Amino acid sequence: MEGFIRNIKQRVVITGMGIHSCIGTSLDEVTESLRAGKSGIIFDEARKEFGYQSGLTGYVPLPDLKKALSRRERISMGEESYYAYAATMQALEQAKIDSDFLSAREVGIIYGNDSTGQSVKEAADIMREKKDTALIGSGSIFKSMNSTITMNLSTILKLRGVNFTVSGACASGSHSIGLGFMMIQNGLQDCIICGGAQETNMFAFSSFDGLGVFAPDNQDPTKACRPFDANRNGLIPSGGGATLILESLESALQRGAHIIAEVLGYGFSSNGGHISTPNVDGPSTAMLRALQQSGVNFEDVKYVNAHATSTPVGDGNEAEAIAEVFGNHKPFVSSTKSMTGHECWMAGASETIYSILMMQSGFIAPNINFETPDEQTEKINIVRQTENVEFDLFLTNSFGFGGTNSALVIKKHL
Amino acid sequence: MSIEEIIENVNEILVDEFEVDIDTITPDANLRETLNLDSLDYVDLVVSIESISGVKLGEADFKEIVTFQDFYQVLFSKVQQKEA
Repeated sequence: MEGFIRNIKQRVVITGMGIHSCIGTSLDEVTESLRAGKSGIIFDEARKEFGYQSGLTGYVPLPDLKKALSRRERISMGEESYYAYAATMQALEQAKIDSDFLSAREVGIIYGNDSTGQSVKEAADIMREKKDTALIGSGSIFKSMNSTITMNLSTILKLRGVNFTVSGACASGSHSIGLGFMMIQNGLQDCIICGGAQETNMFAFSSFDGLGVFAPDNQDPTKACRPFDANRNGLIPSGGGATLILESLESALQRGAHIIAEVLGYGFSSNGGHISTPNVDGPSTAMLRALQQSGVNFEDVKYVNAHATSTPVGDGNEAEAIAEVFGNHKPFVSSTKSMTGHECWMAGASETIYSILMMQSGFIAPNINFETPDEQTEKINIVRQTENVEFDLFLTNSFGFGGTNSALVIKKHL
Repeated sequence: MSIEEIIENVNEILVDEFEVDIDTITPDANLRETLNLDSLDYVDLVVSIESISGVKLGEADFKEIVTFQDFYQVLFSKVQQKEA
């Protein structure tokens, strides 16, 4: 199969990563969880009492930022901003970007987020009780807007570059990397903080649970999420924060930064169909577009980090799409959501980080709980046990409500 | 509510919610400068005071307030009016 010709503008590299998720709150901890196939899913009785059909969720600890940030800074931040801040500080530290760099250079932020459920609920509660907007407090408006993360982090870090939030449903985090990639590739910015965050509180997910698409309660919560398995029966909500520092190769080399990986391609598409039921063509188009832009051969893709959330239709269609795109080539495929649950707005960013961590350490994490394929999922090469294999290029998928699709192709920097 | 109770409750909330060092709170100290209040902080101060006293301070009240002593006194007057 012939490769595509790459249209080189500015090359875009990743120089820092940070993660705060239900499988770990540092890169090292997350790497070990991925290698061990460790699940971060728990049963939360409070959700059942609240009226959820499923009490399963990823458990993510809330970072304590009291010493790191002032009251004025914290009061505008909801749960998702706490996670994003924790991940971003890790990423900046790894990239060796300090406040001097941020004040000397024009650094931007493009971050994925698509809800502020708890903050909106809290403001409405106060209004019902007090019937007076003057008693809502100053932080509420800044916590309640979808752009809460970018407005908070850009203020705290004193950023002066591009600054906006991407709300692309469960592909938000992936689109944020794709848009940052395009900005840098086209010479508009040298360095952008990209990523995604997702609140995990029960107010955020109740309407999603109402669709009846969450995995039912299971005696062993870690066994409930089974992407691609014939007996899959629903997703499990989760969240946290994931940040990547994207930078032009020129900028990274100039300042002697450690280069982790290179973003080669960003493919996107829209299904043009149902608001929640995915199809095959939309994801296929996004994958092909990302590969075309990357200028790589299909055979170069050793690993596909699937979007697969553990829903019957979604996983089946994605398996069909991967099989259709790659033809006779059968890259390793796994859904890290089998361990993390569905990190929604954060997922595209966190799964890029998970895949890079695996690429750095020479293994592919298992798609835990995958036991029996069905007619569709038997068409792809799903990783059942941790696969110790060196690879230097992967593709990662993210799809969302409304039929938004994003695929990224990332290469190890050699 | 007595003036002593008001002073105690106000100081407690300033320490807990506004994270002010208790040693900087003295009757003659300037309220705005000590608490480093900006326009958004005034919004939160109104919320905090309402939560401990049931009294809602307005813009006109803050025009009378320079020191902590003024602050306690204005609040005490409003609480008394409310309780009357």
